[in-house]
Amino acid sequence: MPDDANKVNGADEASVKERVKPDPPGYFEGESMTRRRVFTVAAQGIGGLAGAAIILPAVGFAVAPIFHRGKERWEAVGPVGDFVEETYRQVVFTETEGIGDAGKTTAYVRKGSTDLEENEGEIIAVSNRCAHLGCPVRFVEAAGNFICPCHGGVYDFVGKVLGGPPVRPLDRFQTRIRKGQVEIGPRYSVTSQLEPVRARDPGEFTGGIWEYLYPPRPSTFPAP
Amino acid sequence: MPKMRLPKIPDAVVPPPLRKPGKPGGGGTPKGQAPSDLKTAPPERQSHGDKLLEMGKEAPIDALGWVDQRMAASGFLTGMLYRKVPKGTNWFYTLGSATLFAFIVQAVTGVFLAMFYVPSATQAYASIAHINNDVPFGQLVHGMHKWGATVMVILIFLHMGRTFFFGAYKYPRELNWVIGVVLLILTMTMAFTGYLLPFDQRSFWASIVGININGTGPVVGPYLSDFLRAGPELGATTLARFYAIHMLLVPGAIIALIGAHMYLVVKLGTTAPPWVKAERPKVAAPVSQLEGGANGNGHVNGSGANGARTHGEPVDGEGNGSA
Repeated sequence: MPDDANKVNGADEASVKERVKPDPPGYFEGESMTRRRVFTVAAQGIGGLAGAAIILPAVGFAVAPIFHRGKERWEAVGPVGDFVEETYRQVVFTETEGIGDAGKTTAYVRKGSTDLEENEGEIIAVSNRCAHLGCPVRFVEAAGNFICPCHGGVYDFVGKVLGGPPVRPLDRFQTRIRKGQVEIGPRYSVTSQLEPVRARDPGEFTGGIWEYLYPPRPSTFPAP
Repeated sequence: MPKMRLPKIPDAVVPPPLRKPGKPGGGGTPKGQAPSDLKTAPPERQSHGDKLLEMGKEAPIDALGWVDQRMAASGFLTGMLYRKVPKGTNWFYTLGSATLFAFIVQAVTGVFLAMFYVPSATQAYASIAHINNDVPFGQLVHGMHKWGATVMVILIFLHMGRTFFFGAYKYPRELNWVIGVVLLILTMTMAFTGYLLPFDQRSFWASIVGININGTGPVVGPYLSDFLRAGPELGATTLARFYAIHMLLVPGAIIALIGAHMYLVVKLGTTAPPWVKAERPKVAAPVSQLEGGANGNGHVNGSGANGARTHGEPVDGEGNGSA
C-alpha cells in the first residue's frame, strides 16, 4: 500500500537525522544534564512549591478543628436541694455556644446513692445522647430505664446497656457544687464498668483494646 | 403508500461531511459557491425586502460560522453527535443522560436557592421557611431541588444496574465503571451534606446519626467525625462546612468527572445489549469481497471503525456484548 511505503521512508529519514543530530547549543564534554533538562526540573520544582504553598495551608485550615479544644464550660442548673437519690431530674443546658437552641443538650441529674456504690453527696449527670448513634434517649420513670426512640436501645437506672444496639453505657458530665448550685461541665464517656474515660462519639466502644481502636480525640477534655 | 417523511434538516446545521451537494441551477447552492450555470441563467434580481429576509435567515448561520472558524469545534461535535451506536440500542441507554439531566436540574435550582439561603445555624431554618412561604415559586424551586436529589440517586442506581446487567463494564470500559462509582459516592456525599442544610429537627438528628456512623470506623473514624463537625460537637461551623462541601467542593468534582465519564463513552463507544447476536464474517465469501467491505462488518480483524469494534469483532466463541 502507498501509505505503508511513506511510513517506511519517514522512519528512515528520522533515523538518519538522529544519527547526524548536532550537539545542542552550550553543550560541553562531560555535562551531566542538558540545559533543557535543568529548566524543566527547575520549572516543575518551583511550580510544585507554589502549589504546595497554596494547598497545604488550605488543607490545614480545614482539618485544624480536629486539634482545637474549646474553652471548658460550666453551667449552673439548679440548687443542690432540687436533686434526689431515687430518681432523675431533667436539666437542659448549653453544650455548644453560638448556635442557639441547636447547641443545647439534656442531662438527667440525681444525687449519688450508697446503694449503687456511689459516693454520698456526689452529683451524677447522665447525658441523654444515645451511645448507639446519638439520638436523644428519655428516662422512663415507670420502668426506671432510659429508652432510645431511634433504634430501641435500653439502659438501666445508672446508664448501663440492658438491650438494643448501644455499644457502651450512656455518657456522663462532670459536676461540681458552687455556692449551693449544681454546675455541669465537660462530657466524658464510661466503660462498661462505669470507669470514666475521655469522651467518645456514639457508636464507639470504650475500655480495653477499644481505647486504641477508637483513640481519644484532642478536641475533648481529659476524663475526671 | 409512501412512507411519512421527516422534515428536511436545514443545510446549515448539517455538518459539512454529511451535507448533500447543491443541485446545479437549484436554489440550494451552498454558501460561497457560484452555481455552475451562473453564466447561462443569471438569477433574477431580488427586491429589497427579499434581500433583508435573506440576510435575516443567514445571520444565525453566519454567527455560527464566525465562531466555528475560530474554535474549529464542528469536527469534534460532528464526531461526537453523529457517532455510530450498535444495533439494539434501546431506551435503557438513556438512563445515563437522564442522570445527567437530573444533575443539571440540581445545579440550576441549587444556584437559585443559594440566593436566598443563609448558611448560619441560627438563620438557616428561617431562610428556608422564607423561601417556602414568601418567595414567589420558592416552594417549587426548593421542591425540585429536594425531590430531584432523590430522583438523581434512583436514576444513578438504574443506570448502574443497566451497565451491570448488560455487561457494559467489561474491557475496555472498566475505567468508566470506576469513574461512575466515584460519581456515585460523590452524589451520596451531596445527598448527605444537603440533608443538614434546612436545619430542622429531621436534618439535625439525621446528620448527627450520619456523622456518628462515620465515627465508628476504627482508628480514623473519631478524627473523621471531628473533621465533619469541625469540633467535638455539631456546632456553628458544621453547617458552614457542609454548605461549602455541598455547593462548592463536590459539585466541581462531579462536573469534572462527568466530563471524563462522557469522554470515555464517546471515545470507546457503547455496547450492544447482550441479546443481540454478533454478526459473524461470512467464511465462504471471496477474498475480494472481504476486502471491499464498506462498513467494517466483513473485516475479520476490526479495522478501527466504531461499527467494527462494537458488533463486528467477535470471532472466537460467544463474544456478545463484551466488545
